[in-house]
Amino acid sequence: MTERMVAITMAIFYVLLLFMIIAAIIAIETKNLLSSIICIGALGFGASLMFLFLRAPDIAITQIAVEVLGLIILIRATISRDLTFISGDKEFFGTVVSVVIIFVIFLAGIRVFETLPDFGTAIFAEVPDAASQTYIKKGLEDTGAANIVASVILDYRAYDTLGEATVLFTSIIGATVILRKKAKKLLEEPEL
Amino acid sequence: MEQEQQNSSVVQKEEISNGVTGMTIIVKTVSNWVKVLIVLFGIYIILFGHLTPGGGFAGGVILASSYVLLMLAFGREFVEKDLPLALDSKLDCLGAFMFAMIAILGLVFGGVFFLNFIYQKYLPGQPLKLISAGTIPLSNIAIALKVGASLFLVIFVLSTFRRETPAKKSQISRIETDYTDKSVKSGDKSV
Repeated sequence: MTERMVAITMAIFYVLLLFMIIAAIIAIETKNLLSSIICIGALGFGASLMFLFLRAPDIAITQIAVEVLGLIILIRATISRDLTFISGDKEFFGTVVSVVIIFVIFLAGIRVFETLPDFGTAIFAEVPDAASQTYIKKGLEDTGAANIVASVILDYRAYDTLGEATVLFTSIIGATVILRKKAKKLLEEPEL
Repeated sequence: MEQEQQNSSVVQKEEISNGVTGMTIIVKTVSNWVKVLIVLFGIYIILFGHLTPGGGFAGGVILASSYVLLMLAFGREFVEKDLPLALDSKLDCLGAFMFAMIAILGLVFGGVFFLNFIYQKYLPGQPLKLISAGTIPLSNIAIALKVGASLFLVIFVLSTFRRETPAKKSQISRIETDYTDKSVKSGDKSV
């Protein structure tokens, strides 16, 4: 890539990062819950674009679909309760203490940030006999899948995917059991 | 007769398409067309998961979101008649069971848990074609079934759960008029 393309890409990248930070700050500070939810939606959309920048399209597709569903759930949850404004002021002393703690952690973090590699370098690929080299070189002939991500999560590391599917299954069972009795009772009542 | 039907707890599908519940007729017509595209796109993402980015998780979420679109446009009762919760739970369990069965069949046919036995023993296929990579497309289908059914189940149960206190009934109906057809609330069926 030429120097000019690299500069333009990094500029777009920083603008997107600034947009996400501003959306996050507005989401926390605003008192109107609907505006807060819309800012969370903008943040999720920005995260999906970030995943595209970091060359992970699988995660970008999943992120945008889950973020849209999450937005719908949040909007229905807040609108129905007639709860569109939050009132009350935050404590001054609590705010001061949290700012001081964040500043101290930031000072400690600067020492650590100097030792990290550059953003976007593939750490696991720097070792010659890393597992990632095997997946990239022999992924197609071992599994036959052109999408190396699919071959890793469903063939080389399928046991982890089984664990994740079990976690999802159990959590959905728990949520459905907790919310089920009232749902059944409400579905039998006449519509309000 | 419209008042009787509105007071009964069983809502027929013809009434829903006439505008008794749900959103306006423009939203309903457009979402009738768009739901086909959403389901088709979701099936494409699932089936081609081993060739292009995507796979079971993203495709399952997209399939669930098509039903969420129907729920928003037509109301909850329509979707409950279309896909009952009992059937949805069974689809969820079927997806999880299929995924576990693929793992155990790998143990039976190859001696290794989760072995890609179709690719290594029976049907290698050609790379970059749809029929390749052994059990990976089957795993994608199982996971998509599971994730899609689970997400739709949770969203449906959460949206039914929110109407829990009758004290908020008047507030709920006042807010809901912003999102439903105003002519329906006033009893006018000329739309």
